[in-house]
Amino acid sequence: MSPVLAGVLQLLALIAALALAYRPLGDHMARVYTSTKHLRVEKWMYKAIGADPDAEMRWTAYLRGVLAFSAAGVLFLYLLQRLQGSLPGSLGFRSIDPDQAFNTAASFVANTNWQSYSGEQAMGHVVQTAGLAVQNFVSAAVGIAVAVALVRGFALPRALGSARAGDTPIRTGFVGNFWADLVRGVVRILLPISVIGALVLVACGVLQNFSGIHGVGQFLGGTQLWNGGAIATQEVIKLLGTNGGGYFNANSAHPFENPGPFSNLFEVFLILVIPFALTRTFGKMVGSVRQGYAILATMAAIWLGFTALMMWTEFHHGGPAFDLAGGATEGKETRFGIGGSSIFAVTTTLTSTGAVNSFHSSYTGFGGGIELLGMQLGEIAPGGVGSGLYGMLVMAVIAVFIAGLMVGRTPEYLGKKIGTREIKLAACYILITPALVLGFTAVSMALPTPKDSMLNSGAHGFSEVLYAFTSGANNNGSAFGGLSADTTWFNTTIGLAMLLGRFLPMVFVLALAGSLAGQTPIPKTAGTLRTEKPLFTGLLAGAIMIITGLTYFPALALGPLAEGLAS
Amino acid sequence: MNNSVANTARLLGAGLRALLVLTVLCGVLYPLAVTGAAQALFHDKANGSEIKADGRTVGSELIGQRYDLPLRKGQKTPEPDLRWFQPRPSNGLGENSVNTQHELLLSGATNLSGDSKELIAQVKDAKEAVIKDNSTASHKVSPSEVPADAVTSSGSGLDPHISPSYADLQVHRVAERNHVSMARVQALVDENTEGRTLGFMGEPRVNVLRLNIALKELTAGGRRLLTHRQHA
Repeated sequence: MSPVLAGVLQLLALIAALALAYRPLGDHMARVYTSTKHLRVEKWMYKAIGADPDAEMRWTAYLRGVLAFSAAGVLFLYLLQRLQGSLPGSLGFRSIDPDQAFNTAASFVANTNWQSYSGEQAMGHVVQTAGLAVQNFVSAAVGIAVAVALVRGFALPRALGSARAGDTPIRTGFVGNFWADLVRGVVRILLPISVIGALVLVACGVLQNFSGIHGVGQFLGGTQLWNGGAIATQEVIKLLGTNGGGYFNANSAHPFENPGPFSNLFEVFLILVIPFALTRTFGKMVGSVRQGYAILATMAAIWLGFTALMMWTEFHHGGPAFDLAGGATEGKETRFGIGGSSIFAVTTTLTSTGAVNSFHSSYTGFGGGIELLGMQLGEIAPGGVGSGLYGMLVMAVIAVFIAGLMVGRTPEYLGKKIGTREIKLAACYILITPALVLGFTAVSMALPTPKDSMLNSGAHGFSEVLYAFTSGANNNGSAFGGLSADTTWFNTTIGLAMLLGRFLPMVFVLALAGSLAGQTPIPKTAGTLRTEKPLFTGLLAGAIMIITGLTYFPALALGPLAEGLAS
Repeated sequence: MNNSVANTARLLGAGLRALLVLTVLCGVLYPLAVTGAAQALFHDKANGSEIKADGRTVGSELIGQRYDLPLRKGQKTPEPDLRWFQPRPSNGLGENSVNTQHELLLSGATNLSGDSKELIAQVKDAKEAVIKDNSTASHKVSPSEVPADAVTSSGSGLDPHISPSYADLQVHRVAERNHVSMARVQALVDENTEGRTLGFMGEPRVNVLRLNIALKELTAGGRRLLTHRQHA
């Protein structure tokens, strides 16, 4: 069997597995976020938090909950790293420096998991297990919660608050309870899948122990020193929560994180399963699963198209070093091959995960461009857990607006009018990330010192910097590893890009949710755009490509396109 | 104003309490429970898939290692010990730069791009070395025979595998250096070649450590036979 055919078969097996999980998981998640019952363990947790899980929140209260919880997360994780030197169970590792501790805390709370440290030499058991891995759970749960709040904005038939005298019906819709959404996401979705997934990974060979630093005898004498740890339990949520921060420097290329071809496909499955299934949850909650399928079709088409392109360019291996070697195997592991590496690379960059099983900097010029463009789409195909769905729904709002302009009708989506306020919020959402990416990249290129961090020169060096801010602001976290990002400049600016790139869009999404939830739905007429039809899927995909293309083309031309065309 | 400060403090308090509760659940109970189950169900795998040979641990099945000659005086980079099958290059593998009280393996890739002069030079040098090392008096290796994995570094720098074609390429040399027949060495390579998982996942590969253990058994057996004959 040729490697190309094997790659295609792996892709088909993956699609089959995702299809099998789509309905049960999507329906389960819809039940989780609409159920009125609380589990006993959840009741204890609400008591400890001091929150009433049945209190309905307006979008402002919901947002305050998101921000307060995330601020607490940044603070806690920062202190945990700063105190590592004096914490027991830390392998005797030093405390992390302030700028790097800020960067890492921002990174994990923002679901980005950009890492300017090398896990195995910097972070001990306590920080990895009780700090970083916990944020992998909760930042994912926050993402899903915000997406569900937006879905409720579309789904709720009327503003619950509008009945009270003195309330203006607009902007007063309720969007759910943040604490309940957070706790349920962890307890009923992420944790159960993680327990099973972690054991599957251990069965494949991923470490799970607390044995500390461990010396292992070698074939020709001498020893290798490595640190063990709770790796499988962190690995599974790193992928399931589309976080991406590796226990080891080599991330999922390290054999102890990803031991073989099966674990590799399983890890890709874990990354994709929630973001895709959330479209089913969305469909269920708005009362038409076909609306969910239309969103799913857009996501899947982009993901599949990018994967096909990536396989083509990597098997074709353009580039002087690869021509000489006879294949683009630099930075790729033998057990995964080109096919397994390409599938992982596209999946990780299209989902805001940022885990890598092969090193993106050593992909072909066009391969690197596909990875960059994948992130620049805004992480929506299928995107991060929750963030993928809300990003795609914002694009859907833009798409119906464009369609409305073409036919001269007031745009509407799922029975809600897309008015001036909604369009303003959606426009702010799509502008914020490119502004961060291009602004920080431009400043870094203009200043004299940040350029010293580039490993490669010329177009590829520019790509390293562009990639870093694209990855940070889009909350991806993967790196064109050549950049030496552990400098005060990059730790601080990428840290800011990650926080602003995560939480400013959430402000606009929740404001949009509140605005929609305050509207009484309008009845469907003959002139209503059928958003569950293939025509809309095409329109949506087109809108995404055009908006991203116009935003980033000049920057892409200076980096990967210049490199790809030169080779 | 006072009210809003109090409200913010109350909200932050709730956020902190939520974080602590979830930390106990996801950061303490979950990893401990799974570690317990993993240690009970998959003890060897949860602890690093170590391999024993001749009664001592010789490494992990999953982690690549070097098969080099001891450093001579004044030598900086070790030379490969050509009696053994050689792994892929690992130019991205590092040594730890923080917490240097331990000499930890630092996994990593070169991160060099396809048009990098440094990578071109690395590939060129590696190719020449592979050709030189594997050419014997009776067998000349041609550049087109050298597979890509033999001259490129992996992502982790710890790739435990090589492609079957790189293993095949080394058979002439290994047989000559160990004074065993090529057929027997080739048989070892074939026995230690893993196909794709379920026929389509990943790539065919050879675990270098397992192959070298088998080679050691073969040559030790051969040597015993040789001494036996001399006595007779």
